[in-house]
Amino acid sequence: MSTFLGVPGIGNLRGDQPFPAAARRELGNAQLRRNLGRATQTIRTKRLAAIRECADWEDLRTAGSALKRDALARLPELLEQLERNVEARGGRVHWARDANEANRIVESIVRAAAGDEGITEVVKVKSMATQEIGLNEYLEARGITPIETDLAELIVQLDHDKPSHILVPAIHRNRQEIRDIFRREIPGAGDLTDDPHALAMAARSYLRRKFLSARVAVSGANFGIAETGTLAVVESEGNGRMCLTLPNTLVTVMGIEKVIPRFTDLEVFMQLLPRSSTAERMNPYTSMWTGVHPGDGPQDFHLVLLDNGRTAVLGDEVGRSALHCIRCSACLNVCPVYERTGGHAYGSVYPGPIGAILSPALTASRGGDDPNASLPFASSLCGACYDACPVLIDIPSILVHLRAVQTESSPRRGTGGQLGSERLLMKTARWLMTSPGRFGVAERALALGLRMPTVSSRLGSPWTASRDLPSPPPESFRQWWARTHESDTR
Amino acid sequence: MRIGLFVTCLADAMFPAAAIATVTLLERLGHEVVFPSAQTCCGQMHVNTGYLSDAAVLVRHHVRTFEEARCEVIVAPSGSCIGSVRYQHPMVARRAGDDDLARRAESLAARSYEISELLVDVLEVRDVGASYPHTVTYHPTCHSLRQLRIGARPLELLRHVRGLKLIELADAETCCGFGGTFAIKNSDTSTAMLHDKMSSVISSGAEVCTASDSSCLMHIGGGLSRAGSPVRTVHLAEILASTDSVT
Repeated sequence: MSTFLGVPGIGNLRGDQPFPAAARRELGNAQLRRNLGRATQTIRTKRLAAIRECADWEDLRTAGSALKRDALARLPELLEQLERNVEARGGRVHWARDANEANRIVESIVRAAAGDEGITEVVKVKSMATQEIGLNEYLEARGITPIETDLAELIVQLDHDKPSHILVPAIHRNRQEIRDIFRREIPGAGDLTDDPHALAMAARSYLRRKFLSARVAVSGANFGIAETGTLAVVESEGNGRMCLTLPNTLVTVMGIEKVIPRFTDLEVFMQLLPRSSTAERMNPYTSMWTGVHPGDGPQDFHLVLLDNGRTAVLGDEVGRSALHCIRCSACLNVCPVYERTGGHAYGSVYPGPIGAILSPALTASRGGDDPNASLPFASSLCGACYDACPVLIDIPSILVHLRAVQTESSPRRGTGGQLGSERLLMKTARWLMTSPGRFGVAERALALGLRMPTVSSRLGSPWTASRDLPSPPPESFRQWWARTHESDTR
Repeated sequence: MRIGLFVTCLADAMFPAAAIATVTLLERLGHEVVFPSAQTCCGQMHVNTGYLSDAAVLVRHHVRTFEEARCEVIVAPSGSCIGSVRYQHPMVARRAGDDDLARRAESLAARSYEISELLVDVLEVRDVGASYPHTVTYHPTCHSLRQLRIGARPLELLRHVRGLKLIELADAETCCGFGGTFAIKNSDTSTAMLHDKMSSVISSGAEVCTASDSSCLMHIGGGLSRAGSPVRTVHLAEILASTDSVT
């Protein structure tokens, strides 16, 4: 049984170390670097090919973004419409303000489903919302065992590890490592090889028994359709289909931003999502269900609508488009930072570029000692994420906005010392840069300083650890200009 | 054409050769270059480090300086600084509540160009009469690639340089890891990115790695120098201004 490490009320949205320190730890793992480099390179290439097949890809992105913007602009109305339609078709809707409330609701539904017999296991469909709220840890601490049924999520769970990618949670593991985890954790798998087929079959036979015996399933939702009360889960292994049809009780935890107005809106997202996430033309298993149907599938259906910071993000004019995210992970796969550090460096269950904006936004990070305050800075602003995003989230601009939120809301004498001296440096630079006279003097002082070894080594220690400083030029450009073009100067 | 030079603070102080080459090249093509000497910095470092209100002061200074210069177009030997002028200045001004400044910044940005944009789109030249007898590989910097979308313009210009042998760079579109203060704040991650970029540059076999940003070249060059590699980093403008004799 693992300990619940999440932050009370918030869930697994924050690590215990700022990004630079966590990244340093992860960068030291050469096997991780190789696994990630290989995996992200493969997905990147496949995704580009899948996108080039669509002549109207840019129109689809624009449509996806517009649909999400519309849905967020009238979120209360759409959520109430969804609630009415789910309940009219025999489902129950619950509203959860934060992670704690959502976890308590799920637990009470499981307990009620158990009746007198008692239930010790629930099967789970891969879901970011339940990872976000730390549902597994919460249930385990109360004697209920959640069984992850997505292959990669199962690997992570059996290894008592944390997911490191939104779509491919075990991307940091290669098949030798997976073989070792299965040998250790699955009864009777002691002589398993690292053949991918053998690994899949071992997981299959382990999971098949769980599917057949489970009486409660927990899922997330990729989409919730207000117009009809239909929920949709998109997956590629068929495990989701099993969970969504076999147990008698189904609990779906859905972030409130997943609501879309009409059934026909799925047309756009079902083109954008598979090509962006797994580079597939069509998603293998798309399950949709509407309420309950006597004699067919779960007879007891609950939808938990999760806020957990989303309403606050909606109030931020610049940052709100982070809520457009459809969890495809294309931004992770193209990010040069993610490719090198992996997902664990981000602390939160949402890693990569989207995590660098979503985690600090959902946790209302405001600088200081909060590890999430370092996330908006965990990017070189190269822009590859914005190019890849199927719903046009301008991640670089939101990163810059959230950087300002961190620095502007931190106390003047920044905690940890660094922000305080950085602020002084920035103020000084601004003062120098608003006067051409002062600026010219500063330029010469910099050149002089760089010629003195003691000054230059102190100036640039985080720089000079791996790069040489340029040698200062004999004269600055403005000195050259004055010498050669003096009469031309305005 | 009367062209205002936006030298950029980094080129002014540390890499004047790139700016001098820009002047030399444009004068050779028959244009008048003016240097508004009141200019300092576009404020990108402040914006990207989260000091937006400090940046607003610098945006105001930049806009006023170049408005007063009365030039038709403005050029900088940097994709990143032009990206800042074009996409950040109006945002910074609006955030500071100065809509008038935002409009003026937009109108100034509309006539501000990175050097290869100016040459290909405005001056409509591809052969600038340069010769440079070296093997060269081109690193498309992130902001020129994904903000300005300059695409193949630098490559078109380089293909017309006499004696120059262009070698393709593997994984060219991947960031070198500079990212301004990112290189300091996240120096371990930045270095990991740099090392992969250096491997691509070195394995290209080129003598020279070029780009249209002194900042990225400072990063790649600093890494190559530390590794003892003989590959040199040279700004695109310096190659285009070169008239080295082809042997």
